[in-house]
Amino acid sequence: MSDPHAVLILDAPSIQRALTRIAHEIAERNERSANVVLVGVQRGGIHLARRLASLLTGIWSHPVPVGSLDINMHRDDLHQQLAPTVHPTQIPFDVTDRTVVLVDDVLFSGRTTRAALDALSDFGRPRRVQLAVLVDRGHRELPIKADFVGKNVPTSLQERVSVHLKEEDGEDRVNLVKT
Amino acid sequence: MSWNRKHLLDIESLSPTEIRTVLDTATAFKAVGERAIKKVPALRGKTVVNLFIEPSTRTRCSFELAALRLTADVINFPAEASSLKKGETLKDTARNLESLNADIFIIRHSAAGAPHFLARFLNASVVNAGDGAHEHPTQALLDAFTIREKKGRIEGLKVTILGDILYSRVARSNIWALTKLGAQVTLCGPSTLVPRAFEQMGCRVTYNLEEAIADADIINLLRIQHERQRKTMFPGIGEYASLYGLTKTRLTGTKPDALIMHPGPINRGVEIDSEIADGDRSVILEQVTNGLAVRMAVLFLVNGGQGPQEVAA
Repeated sequence: MSDPHAVLILDAPSIQRALTRIAHEIAERNERSANVVLVGVQRGGIHLARRLASLLTGIWSHPVPVGSLDINMHRDDLHQQLAPTVHPTQIPFDVTDRTVVLVDDVLFSGRTTRAALDALSDFGRPRRVQLAVLVDRGHRELPIKADFVGKNVPTSLQERVSVHLKEEDGEDRVNLVKT
Repeated sequence: MSWNRKHLLDIESLSPTEIRTVLDTATAFKAVGERAIKKVPALRGKTVVNLFIEPSTRTRCSFELAALRLTADVINFPAEASSLKKGETLKDTARNLESLNADIFIIRHSAAGAPHFLARFLNASVVNAGDGAHEHPTQALLDAFTIREKKGRIEGLKVTILGDILYSRVARSNIWALTKLGAQVTLCGPSTLVPRAFEQMGCRVTYNLEEAIADADIINLLRIQHERQRKTMFPGIGEYASLYGLTKTRLTGTKPDALIMHPGPINRGVEIDSEIADGDRSVILEQVTNGLAVRMAVLFLVNGGQGPQEVAA
């Protein structure tokens, strides 16, 4: 907050509006609402997936299943770094023939999404997979594109997008930080 | 990050936080074993050598399966059919295997300190799968994992380890792990096999079985290590079974929710009666399941460990 290098790019009401819009876009794209499940990518994506699920429950008037996916066992850079902290993956439903909306906080190189797609395929064969992200900051290194985007933020590689969510950090805000 | 070790050589040198990191990581890997597809690509392209200079079935199989489920390639190196029999030294054997670009060595050896010895000259990671009567770290970690999973905590629990403590690497590793995590450890067995010197590791030593198990939350039975016994130390199987075997009668004097653990292989009718081993308080087979998850976690963590690391002599 007091970091002079941090620029606020989304405040709490903007995050809420972005999620509401994404929820409506998901509802518009998927007429067969009973087929849709949300899977959040550890960690930030999980809170966003839960919020989207509750918004969609309001739109569709039925509960929407939510799972969480830890992609650390599927990373392609494990040999370049210390072993990351892994969290349990919880997908308490069958994804086969469902429409899975992967939810993540920031889309950057696309490598996390690539790992998430691999991890997801161990749980079944979804009918289709869609990607929802709160922030797309560009700089893709793989042919991956989000279906639903909260905000497109042009960034330089020297910047970092820092997402704070009230479930973890007590407040909703997204900062662009110069490193 | 609470793990930056390249090797797992013993429990003694681990911090409580490092032990908890292994247990937390194992929780995630246990879930992998419960899926339809029980395999993740975390060690894809890595080569794991199972260097078992001392016979072992369950630990070797557990490590092998752990490596395979992480998508590593595995070489099994049983001592009986190896060049060690032709006079090659352990160091030369290990160097030859490392020349095949092996990334992780899992070693079991009858000599205490053999894994530490390898870690001093190999560039690969070394995991101790049991060295003499010194340590068996992954057994202690899977025991701690099982206790935490069943009881929700380890701190403050009373754990009684019963049997041949003197020759047991499982006992030593368990004592280190459990005391670091805040459990109170009691050791019990024949006085020749449970020297008072263990009190220096922070344990209580008693020779009265009924008293040792009366208020225990966990009763961990050890196998009588026939292969490490000297005749003068051991009273004889019949006498041991009658004095220290866990029988149904003896179990009535314990807490109703006390868990019965055993690292295996069990000697039915010696240290444990069949109906207790197969009873609903026994978590012996769950220990085997958890062993796989813990070993996956250990291989995953040491694979991420940083560059050359100092190994104390």
